[in-house]
Amino acid sequence: MKAAGIIKKTAGYVLLSAAGIIMLYPMLWLVGASFKSNDEIFSSAWFIPHDLELSVYVRAWRTVTPYTMGHYFLNTFGIIIPRMVFSVFSSVLTAYGFARFEFPLKRFFFSLLMCSMFMPAIVKIMPMYMLWGRRGLLDSYIPLTLPALLAGEGSFVLMIIQFLRGVPKEFDEAARIDGCNTIQVLFYILIPCIKPVIATICIFTFLWTMNEFIEPLIMISSVRKYPLSLILRLSADSTGDGYEQRKIIAMSVIGLIPSIAVFAAAQRKFVSGITAGGLTG
Amino acid sequence: MKSNIKYTNPVGVSRYTGLLLILPFIIGSLVLTMYPFAASFIFGMTDSRSGEMVFTGLGNYRSLLSDPDFIDSALVTLKYAAILVPLKLAVSLFIALLLSIELRGIGVWRTIFYIPSILGSGLAVMIMWQFLFTSGGLVNQLLVLCGLSPVSWYGDSRYSIYIIVLLRLWESGSAMLIFLNALKGIPREYYEAAKVDGCGNIRGFFRITLPLIRNAVFLNLVLQTISALQEFSAPYMLTGGGPMKSTYTVGMLIYNEMFRFGDTGYANAVSWGLFVVITAAVAVLFRLTGRLSEEI
Repeated sequence: MKAAGIIKKTAGYVLLSAAGIIMLYPMLWLVGASFKSNDEIFSSAWFIPHDLELSVYVRAWRTVTPYTMGHYFLNTFGIIIPRMVFSVFSSVLTAYGFARFEFPLKRFFFSLLMCSMFMPAIVKIMPMYMLWGRRGLLDSYIPLTLPALLAGEGSFVLMIIQFLRGVPKEFDEAARIDGCNTIQVLFYILIPCIKPVIATICIFTFLWTMNEFIEPLIMISSVRKYPLSLILRLSADSTGDGYEQRKIIAMSVIGLIPSIAVFAAAQRKFVSGITAGGLTG
Repeated sequence: MKSNIKYTNPVGVSRYTGLLLILPFIIGSLVLTMYPFAASFIFGMTDSRSGEMVFTGLGNYRSLLSDPDFIDSALVTLKYAAILVPLKLAVSLFIALLLSIELRGIGVWRTIFYIPSILGSGLAVMIMWQFLFTSGGLVNQLLVLCGLSPVSWYGDSRYSIYIIVLLRLWESGSAMLIFLNALKGIPREYYEAAKVDGCGNIRGFFRITLPLIRNAVFLNLVLQTISALQEFSAPYMLTGGGPMKSTYTVGMLIYNEMFRFGDTGYANAVSWGLFVVITAAVAVLFRLTGRLSEEI
């Protein structure tokens, strides 16, 4: 009985390690390749480079445009921060309404919420492009940030609803007896209880916006306003034969750092948050 | 999510308070869901190639069915989904099963498997992937190490789709988490009881595990099918739809019609067609799995 358990565990570790290496090796290779010459990149599968020449990162930081990567980081944060604030504000209000109140057409709106989650993004994007175009708002960050103010992310709302259901309604009632109104109940009683899920929403917004590609590609046209993802694409496109491959690889590594840092810092909260909400990446 | 419990509003709260609170969502569903839904159907009935919008009725929708470009890209997309979705479910369930064994440091492992999904469809990952599959790239070097002949991933229309399939498989983390969460909900006593009755690991998996996590299987099936049918960014970045349109998905077709050929009307018609296909796929999945779970 005990021997069988040990065998099972050993097999588990072996399989996990094999799968884990497959998951991580491409990233190790990427970091290593940022120090390699073109020849070395395509001749060696081993990730450790011959020598560490850090100057490639200085060149990568300068990008292929007149702006540095710092500029594009700031652009990206200029999209992320309003998005976070807007998403939290609109999702919390909407979830509060659904979780704590009865109102006409509640079922209808709730099914609408579920439907909006299954609506293919690609169907939305073109009419939205034309809508923003007619308002003259293309090539600004408004198409990328304003939808967050309208509870555009159904999964966030669902996640908060689930958390709110875990907060006893007696809390609200006690607060009301003490004289709190609807908004005060939300701010003084409920929001302190759902801080973890608010953090999860912020982290998700951060990571998704860092990765986001299609929307900025379509909405933003001037290089000065590009977020990080588009500048990587621009650089990847301008690499021809004989181009220094490690420079674009180094840019990718720099581009991955913020996401990995945020994920590493928030890992525990994050994973438990998603499993609670059934969210996907 | 069933709301069987009828909440009543607190004393003195109007029945419209809730409506007021969800106002951002109501405006949002008008602007972000209903408007695009209706608009893309209507734009799909126009032709703006000449510079001004001309109403053409159902012309675009009719030509969809006879347009070889659309039929080919639909077949590519279906083939891609048919390869990817079962593989992704299998891989993520396998990893979730491994992670559900009680081992030390399980949090670290869970993080390792989730990282690729976090970095997900980011451009940096795409660039990395592009390098891995070049003719002298890591994947071919590994094939040679294993004594196999290298493959021209970008040049051979038989293999090009697997560049994208493998990328999405590498990002199985979110599906894995959904499975892991469901597996945690199965009481251990079930397996112990089954063991007493002489039920082995493999039979236990099919008789106990799978039936009990069928909701998670279904959720993953739906989510993965939806995202596979919409695939755009990976072919756009990695293969450009080639070679010989072997990775030219419907998403690529929509983007090209709209932004390269300037055929807004047709692009909208295609994206509406895609929406109908996705809805139909989800409906079929609902029926199929509904029947399956009854049988079990």
